[in-house]
Amino acid sequence: MTGTFLGMPPFPEAARAALADTQLRRNLAHATATIRAKRNAVVAEVAEWEDLRLAGAAIKDEVLLNLDTYLVQLEQSLVAAGATVHWARDATDACRVVAQVAKAHGVDEVVKVKSMATQEIELNEALAAEGISAWETDLAELIVQLGDDLPSHILVPAIHRNRAEIREIFRSRMAGAGRAAPDDLSDEPADLAAAARLHLREKFLRAKVGVSGANFAIADSGTLVVVESEGNGRMCLTLPEVLVTVVGIEKVLPSYADLDVFLQLLPRSSTGERMNPYTSMWTGVTPGDGPQEVHVVLLDNGRTRALADDIGRQALRCIRCSACLNVCPVYERTGGHAYGSVYPGPIGAILNPLLKGPGLDAQTDSLPYASSLCGACFEACPVRIDIPTVLVDLRAQVVDAHRSSSGHRRLPKPEALAIKVAGWSLARGDRLSAAARMTGLGSRVASRVLSRRLPGGRPAITRLPGPGARWTGARDLPLPPAESFRAWWRRTGGGR
Amino acid sequence: MTARDQVLASVRRALAEAPSAPVASRAYRDQPTPDGDLVALFAQRVSDYKATVVRCGPDEVAAAVAAALDGARPVVPDGLPWPMEGAIPDTGQVSSELDVAEAVVTTATVGIAVTGTIVLDHGPGQGRRALSLVPDLHVCVIRTDQIVRGVPDAIALLDPARPQTWISGPSATSDIELNRVEGVHGPRTLRVVVVD
Repeated sequence: MTGTFLGMPPFPEAARAALADTQLRRNLAHATATIRAKRNAVVAEVAEWEDLRLAGAAIKDEVLLNLDTYLVQLEQSLVAAGATVHWARDATDACRVVAQVAKAHGVDEVVKVKSMATQEIELNEALAAEGISAWETDLAELIVQLGDDLPSHILVPAIHRNRAEIREIFRSRMAGAGRAAPDDLSDEPADLAAAARLHLREKFLRAKVGVSGANFAIADSGTLVVVESEGNGRMCLTLPEVLVTVVGIEKVLPSYADLDVFLQLLPRSSTGERMNPYTSMWTGVTPGDGPQEVHVVLLDNGRTRALADDIGRQALRCIRCSACLNVCPVYERTGGHAYGSVYPGPIGAILNPLLKGPGLDAQTDSLPYASSLCGACFEACPVRIDIPTVLVDLRAQVVDAHRSSSGHRRLPKPEALAIKVAGWSLARGDRLSAAARMTGLGSRVASRVLSRRLPGGRPAITRLPGPGARWTGARDLPLPPAESFRAWWRRTGGGR
Repeated sequence: MTARDQVLASVRRALAEAPSAPVASRAYRDQPTPDGDLVALFAQRVSDYKATVVRCGPDEVAAAVAAALDGARPVVPDGLPWPMEGAIPDTGQVSSELDVAEAVVTTATVGIAVTGTIVLDHGPGQGRRALSLVPDLHVCVIRTDQIVRGVPDAIALLDPARPQTWISGPSATSDIELNRVEGVHGPRTLRVVVVD
């Protein structure tokens, strides 16, 4: 079974370990450079790209701000089309529904389409606890599952693995899960894909129950949409007798016509293709075609928490394309595991704290800081999520969550202390002068012992003592001038 | 309180003080239709996915399909508009029986030129979804008058009540080092016959 992110260290610690892995950094640099080039090429073909982004953001906002209405409409449409609708407040609710459906049909295995929602609720682990094997059928998910590994990218969960590593995982692990890999398996991607085809074929053909997520759920028709490449999605959505689809409540679109925006935005942003190989749409039950028992689980699991956040709400526009990961200078170097969640990268840095709330665990609280705020993610986002603005707001929320509050005192963050000191000094002129004299004095002492100079010749402090050492661990601090501006003005009368 | 009531109550609480929604601009639909041959663009974009495209006249379809099958014996849905001698009819075979078939022949509902996409809505001539999925070779026949320019034009023609499969090239994956490799679980070979 796939591992779990539970108990991951905060981002800075996990990132330090990831940065030391040169193989990982090589794999990531190669993969992200490839996908960036492909995305840029196909986005440049679309003259109306910015209009599409604006429309995508506006349609999603329309849904989010009227979500109760659209959810009720979606439920009605699904039921009218022959589907059974379940509501899940959290992961436990959702996993219970899927397990109950599987047990009602007496199966000990299900086949799965890659889905972020089912990863988020750790459905595979929950089903395993009930004695049901959940077989991942997406190639990258299969690599992660066979390797007892963790996903590190939204679109390509095994992006941290190169072809030679994948070959080793297939050779050593496939036999334990079903049909073994061929003895003469090479590390050519085409050979590896063929091995996955043979391994999974028997599982597709015998599966009674399929489990999927959905990229979009259409409120006025009850249509569900899955966008994929390999055909494993079509297999899981078509061949089993029973289908259970777990859908985050933010996946709703008002009408079928709205797909014309998203089926242009998603493939170009995601895999950098004009269109992904396969998109499946189904509306409840179609007699004589595909699963004759269709369940839909509408999942909250923190989404209404995020919805209540005026600035963070826009994160729920996300269509899980992963363009923000591929352009992020931090993600490109640390990879996805350092984020400690199935949602890594810039979107994960805002989505996880929004779903869970600040001040509860150090790992989640570290994520809004896992960014240089360069803004590349906002520029790449097909639904214009202003990730840098949300990051800054979440940093403030994390600091606020650690302030002493009525009832229980928490340890304030060092940033909060530093700002408090700065606020005190800046509040009155005499305090500021005193602080300036102190830094000037410190500066004259420091300049005697430091020899390092910044470009331009200004002397720099390379290592502060005490808690400041964490600041200078990654930066040089320009030395404050020996004389403050206020002192200079007083001495020279403004330079006259 | 049921889970349904709780989720809906949480949504309403979250939105109690939220602003009203903006109106979505549909300016992207107003793109001028470029001059040039849509059918040629469609053929080129489909070929970009390493699918083969052949064009033929209305009375040459049977021969073009036979050539695309290259000796493979196909399973066929009801309602193909031309005769298919020796083909296996769809009798509701289970998945493992379909797995034995070497090929499938279908028509299509819409073709999208800009993205090189074929849309099946699984009506007559296209068959249930499993039929065009399990066999390894898919020969798909589309008329030039079914080809539209872009995704919005296709969406405007399609009926959401029908199951749909949008196909852009053969099965592929980008999961190994983010390079596209053709041929995973869906048909590994796609041959498109465009009928003038």
